[in-house]
Amino acid sequence: MRIVPFIVSTIITTTLVWALNKPWGEKVPMPLGKFLSPQHGFWQNAEDVNHNFSASLNFTDLKGKVDVYFDDRLVPHVFASEEDDLYFVQGYLHAKFRLFQMDLQTKVAEGRASEIAGEKAIPMDRESRRGGMRHAAENALKGMEKDPQAKAYYTAYTKGINAYINSLKENEIPLEYKILNFKPEAWTNLRTALLLKMMAKMLAWGTESDLAATNARNVFTDEQMKALYPEVHDSLMPIIPKGTVFDKPGIVPVKPAIADSVYFRQQKTIAATENFKPDIDNGSNNWVVAGSKTQSGAPILSNDPHLELSLPSIWYEMQLTTPRHNVYGVTLPGSPFIIIGFNDSIAWGVTNAQRDVKDFYEITFKDSQKKEYQYNGEWKPTTRIIEEIKVKGKPSVYDTVIYTHYGPVMFDKSYTNGLTADKNLAVRWVGYEPGNDGKAFHQLNHAENYEQYVRAISNMICPAQNFVFASKSGDIAIWQQGLFPARWEGQGLYTMPGNDSSFEWQGFIPQNENPHALNPARGFLESANQRPVDATYPYFIPGSYMTPRGIAVEHFLNNMSGITPQDMMALQNNYFNVTAQDIVPFFLKYVDEYRLNANAKKYLDELKGWDYFATPTTKGQTIYQTWFDSLKVALWYDELEQIKVAAPVPDEQTTIEMLLRDTTALVYINNVNTPETETLADILVSSLNKAADYLSVKDKEGKLEWAAFKNPTVYHLLKTALMPFARTGLKVGGANNIINAIKHSHGPSWRMVAQMGSQTEAYGVYPGGQSGNPGSKFYDNFIDTWAKGEYYTLWVMKAAEATDKKVKWTINFSK
Amino acid sequence: MKFIIATILTILLSFIAGLYLPWWGFAIAAFIVGLLVHQRAGRSFLTGFTSLFILWLVLAWWQSSANDNILAGKIAKLLGIGNNATLLIIITAFIAALVAGFAAMSGSFLRSKPIGK
Repeated sequence: MRIVPFIVSTIITTTLVWALNKPWGEKVPMPLGKFLSPQHGFWQNAEDVNHNFSASLNFTDLKGKVDVYFDDRLVPHVFASEEDDLYFVQGYLHAKFRLFQMDLQTKVAEGRASEIAGEKAIPMDRESRRGGMRHAAENALKGMEKDPQAKAYYTAYTKGINAYINSLKENEIPLEYKILNFKPEAWTNLRTALLLKMMAKMLAWGTESDLAATNARNVFTDEQMKALYPEVHDSLMPIIPKGTVFDKPGIVPVKPAIADSVYFRQQKTIAATENFKPDIDNGSNNWVVAGSKTQSGAPILSNDPHLELSLPSIWYEMQLTTPRHNVYGVTLPGSPFIIIGFNDSIAWGVTNAQRDVKDFYEITFKDSQKKEYQYNGEWKPTTRIIEEIKVKGKPSVYDTVIYTHYGPVMFDKSYTNGLTADKNLAVRWVGYEPGNDGKAFHQLNHAENYEQYVRAISNMICPAQNFVFASKSGDIAIWQQGLFPARWEGQGLYTMPGNDSSFEWQGFIPQNENPHALNPARGFLESANQRPVDATYPYFIPGSYMTPRGIAVEHFLNNMSGITPQDMMALQNNYFNVTAQDIVPFFLKYVDEYRLNANAKKYLDELKGWDYFATPTTKGQTIYQTWFDSLKVALWYDELEQIKVAAPVPDEQTTIEMLLRDTTALVYINNVNTPETETLADILVSSLNKAADYLSVKDKEGKLEWAAFKNPTVYHLLKTALMPFARTGLKVGGANNIINAIKHSHGPSWRMVAQMGSQTEAYGVYPGGQSGNPGSKFYDNFIDTWAKGEYYTLWVMKAAEATDKKVKWTINFSK
Repeated sequence: MKFIIATILTILLSFIAGLYLPWWGFAIAAFIVGLLVHQRAGRSFLTGFTSLFILWLVLAWWQSSANDNILAGKIAKLLGIGNNATLLIIITAFIAALVAGFAAMSGSFLRSKPIGK
């Protein structure tokens, strides 16, 4: 034995193994040896392009047999004899194809991102904890488990997920776990509740701007506030057709006597802002046309929910059947049931209601212990949760969150984002109410007619949705459904005093008074995140509404007849920019061409020839958008800067309407930072000159065409950390104000058209693929179809078709 | 001949180790072969190196070609070597080869007589 060489060689070997067995920071977060091992690492996730998904599986938790038939797009058609078994298998399949996504999203929802991403995620986790997301999910779970049937379904679903997780060998775990070097965690019913709260937060948390509005309130006059942030746009085409007569309100909230002095005249600014507010453009389109307007005589329902586009997609397509029901559509991995789809009798779709269901109350604590707070002249006890945020590779971080009867005190001295925020602000949010929102979808899956649809959706509390409906019996309908506080005029626009019960929500709008319409004479209904009703609705309903798409949809549907499903697909892919059509002629009329620089003149000429369609190759949309953005800065920012703290920028529609009215807007046209008095022509010239500088830079890069300019991209869930897993440079047009609402990385996350004739004729597509595995050919195989505006025919399989050649693989589940 | 036997043995043992042990199981396999099938240190190194280079190369290539290199291309980009599946397969094989070479050599040193005896 040669001791010295042996020792040296052994040390080299073990050092190599050690170095290859540990992660190396941000860039190489995985142990390279393990990651590159063909028998352990990522090569195991390189799915054979001819992979055989067929299997025969046994689980003692099942009551009977479940057969799953996969078609060539890897869509599972699930046939179960018992409904519990159906959700067990749904959970199993969600986990099999989307485990990382479900695990990540619920961890983020719970405020546990730092466990995966390390200390950079601590601020995001604190925000989730202080916003009481787990508190909301725990409340929801109570509602979900109160009903024994619902509890059985959620439990079966959880067991299905865990059956898959437990069957996983280490070499089989999804790729992202191998990259980030962590392991899947067992599922619970609470995590299903967390997933639904993630959706609630995405859609119904950021639909207010109370903090920023409170700041604005301190600077602007009443008149200015009304002009800058109007409740109802002149051009609004509400969801519920104009002229609908509303019932007398069942509840009339009373404005507190002291509101004018202590609420509408607040002196102090808030200076707190929320850092992680969801995208304001989380919106959607849905519409339904009655048989009177279609070629076949059967109603057609269309829906395209606009969300952050991601890989894996938020949606997973499925057909779920038992001997008692048969439903097809998209599901949310992490939750049982079909969320958007159709069954043998009805079809439904959703858009976001955009209503403000969240308020801030200012809390006065007795002392720094924060054990009591002032309420109606007395001291009320608080409760507290000490939140432990575990951090990957670092010691835990602790945060104490105080709870009042309103909800958690999100902002206080230890958690501010501004300069002077010494205020304690508690959140009151409808999302904290106990309930079982999933039941709405479960009952919709089974619903056979209008009455059952109404009963089903009445379970929906938060996020409130516009549920559009069509039935084979010929009914079309829409309901804006959710739980909404009945507010007095102005209530909740700004932070409210938390020590006076007269500022509390005094009740909720009775469910039957939620905006709704059934079989209107005009033969169609639509929603596109606009205000649901005109000013005659008897309640005060603030929100973050979007007006333009609704106008465009109304315009087209009004003028259509003999409609086919193909017409509806074309409409979903429509690129017409209704906002530009309103404002561009106005720009052209008032801009002084002779004062433009050479570049600006060139772009103006290009704009003159634009047909207002935001196609992928148009330059007009790029020029219009850049000019308008530049104009908004010139119009608003000097005014808002005066406030010195964040205030909401008036929305595009408001800006346009003010300009077209040509009155109040002129007050803001004058740049307060310059001595001269500016005119509309001045500001149009200067904003276009400024825009032209930017446009010419883009022009030189060859990025003046709209698609090249906005670079449509579907990111992996981990965004720029995993760019090779993203799809960039997609050739699609559209914008947020356009029916085909594709932005840089946000837009139609599922497009569906269903004609409800005797034989259902349905089409759908989403920008992703059924497999969440970046190593699978089914990871992103729908994206090109989606980008081209094409659809897949949705195959509603019958049990007798098990031998059909469309069936590619079969998994048989049994006891 | 010894070299070929040792190489085949290392490949077989390493493959089996990969089924039951963590990724570095092949280092034990190479070490044992280095110890049992006695060769000079340099030869042992070459045996371990060659064996694992072949094993990991074939396994990675096999899986990647069945996958049309979909994933290997993405991972290669992620690791900063461009969309180059072949290079990633070679790097993969080289890393295991290096570890196995030293492991086999350690085995050989443990067995061999000190110089001059």
